[in-house]
Amino acid sequence: MPAVTLVIIEHDRGAISPATFEALTAARSLGADIQALTIGAAADRLAAELAPYGVNIVHQVHDDVLSDYGPEAWGEVVAQAVRALSPTFVLAAGTDRGNEVMAQAAARLDLPFSANCIEFRDGDKFEMTRIRWGGSLLEDASLTADIKLVTVAHHAVEAAFADAHGPADAIELKVSLDASLGRSIVKGRVEREAGVTLSTSPIVVGGGRGVGSADGFASLEALANELGGVVGCSRAVTNNGWRSHTAQVGQTGTRIAPDVYFACGISGAIQHWVGAMASKNIIAINTDKDANMVTKAGYAVIGDLHQVVPAITEEIRRRRS
Amino acid sequence: MKILVCVKRVPAPGSKINVTPDGRGVDAANLGYTMSPHEECAVEAAAQLIEQHGGEATVLTLGAPEAVEQVRYGVSVGAQRAVLLATTDDDWDPQRTAQAIASAIDELESVDGTFDLILFGNESADSGGFQVGIRVAHALGRPMVNGAKGLSLGDRFANVEREADAGRETYSLPLPAVVGIKEGINLPRYPTMKGRLASKKVEISTMQASGEIGGLAKITLRQPPERKSETIVLGNGPEAASAVVDILEELGVL
Ligand SMILES: Cc1cc2nc3c(=O)[nH]c(=O)nc-3n(C[C@H](O)[C@H](O)[C@H](O)COP(=O)(O)OP(=O)(O)OC[C@H]3O[C@@H](n4cnc5c(N)ncnc54)[C@H](O)[C@@H]3O)c2cc1C
Ligand SMILES: Nc1ncnc2c1ncn2[C@@H]1O[C@H](COP(=O)(O)O)[C@@H](O)[C@H]1O
Repeated sequence: MPAVTLVIIEHDRGAISPATFEALTAARSLGADIQALTIGAAADRLAAELAPYGVNIVHQVHDDVLSDYGPEAWGEVVAQAVRALSPTFVLAAGTDRGNEVMAQAAARLDLPFSANCIEFRDGDKFEMTRIRWGGSLLEDASLTADIKLVTVAHHAVEAAFADAHGPADAIELKVSLDASLGRSIVKGRVEREAGVTLSTSPIVVGGGRGVGSADGFASLEALANELGGVVGCSRAVTNNGWRSHTAQVGQTGTRIAPDVYFACGISGAIQHWVGAMASKNIIAINTDKDANMVTKAGYAVIGDLHQVVPAITEEIRRRRS
Repeated sequence: MKILVCVKRVPAPGSKINVTPDGRGVDAANLGYTMSPHEECAVEAAAQLIEQHGGEATVLTLGAPEAVEQVRYGVSVGAQRAVLLATTDDDWDPQRTAQAIASAIDELESVDGTFDLILFGNESADSGGFQVGIRVAHALGRPMVNGAKGLSLGDRFANVEREADAGRETYSLPLPAVVGIKEGINLPRYPTMKGRLASKKVEISTMQASGEIGGLAKITLRQPPERKSETIVLGNGPEAASAVVDILEELGVL
């Protein structure tokens, strides 16, 4: 029997999370037969979406407990699937849910688990590169176990269809779930309002400690409004209570990837930088020409942001009128 | 109400995270230490719940003896008790860490009773294993939700909120429960004078950490490839505004 890679399909009531396609793409680098696991009846119609990624078999699991997402129930399903199918590799997306489900499964199977990998090397030993410090540092590590549980860091691999593929056959996989697993199933939800968010906005105007106060953000907001963007900030700002954490960019905040990031009065600490480095262009505004943000940015203005930012807004208005 | 918060001592690097010459660790010379931001918020969440419901919060860390600095900090911002699980070597993979923490909790609970709530960070700042809390919860047989951006106590339940792609989800976990906290759930307080004093006086319960080595082993740490860019300085002060807007036009964002 050829080795099997089992990919856990993360979905929200039947909508596949984009990071899962990256995990499916990464799975092909392992060279084993690719099979997928879908959890809950809402995912039954997903086989056709998975086939182009090289998935040959989709194992579908149904149970009353699986009406919505629940970390313990999903983790138990993965553990039972692993026992039944004996895959060599088990992959999921390195998302909140993916990491959580894999850790639940690992605990139940008493197996090691390596989160947020960007590369695998299968030789004498199974080795991988994984991200630490939110991506500020890389770790080469080895995983010693018959069954390797890993997640693939989001954005580490670009999702792509397989060169050739057949249909994906759907098979029902029987599990036996204790009703008590229902204790940690999602109980309710409030849908998010549609609109531009920090992570998707094409323009972000970010402010750091250099902004000086909550009121100081007025000029950053004016610039963001003028360009149809949103305001972001550093952790120094959230810690001071000047802005809410939803605006924080960085390791413990949001990852942004705008066309332009204005970094105003932000020194560019590594934990901030990992959240901002996917920006296509960075314009740093800082009084210190040697600030890390200035030396890493594509463009910089050296000066007091309280003068520079309003001047930029004014210049945009002047050219538009 | 009895709450336990597990925190990890990590270096607090600035512009770059330097690796030691042997590639095994972070070069922390000249760096301060901290606990992960998520864990700071977990301590704050515990302090707030104790203020609302009464009881006692304990902060626990597994690490070298210096990690006592982090549990003392926890006391300075609202916890009442501090536990150090002392280690004598550096190979603390997630399985081993979880095993040691779970057995320490067993021991603490056999003396003083069950913790209604055990809080973790969503992930540790340095290793980001995304699993120690979940493994501990499983070992104890308790429900666990990670990534909490909201936490309140109902009658025998912990109500947890978290962000998902589609919106905000709620969970209701029967106590005793385990919750992983994410930064943003609250704004951690700074130590007060009284807190600082308490942290100096608090008796540190020290136990020897013990657990079996697991299957995930670090080989080396290294820097990611750096994105090299020549910075174009567009000018000094407000006079540079025109050059900035030229660039915006060039980039097609106007
Ligand atoms: C585990 C961990 C996780 C972290 N996660 C995050 C995270 O997610 N996001 C994050 O941002 N940080 C994070 N941090 C904190 C980070 O290390 C820095 O402390 C923080 O980013 C600093 O914010 P800052 O740049 O605004 O402040 P500072 O470092 O104080 O920089 C202020 C800058 O403003 C400039 N300035 C001052 N006045 C002016 C003026 N009038 N005009 C123009 N420039 C001016 C100064 O020259 C300086 O460069 C984390 C830290 C740790 C340990
Ligand atoms: N050495 C440690 N001592 C105490 N708590 C820890 C330790 N390591 C991890 N934790 C806790 O477990 C959480 C998850 O860690 P990790 O699995 O490394 O991402 C952290 O946020 C901490 O709350």
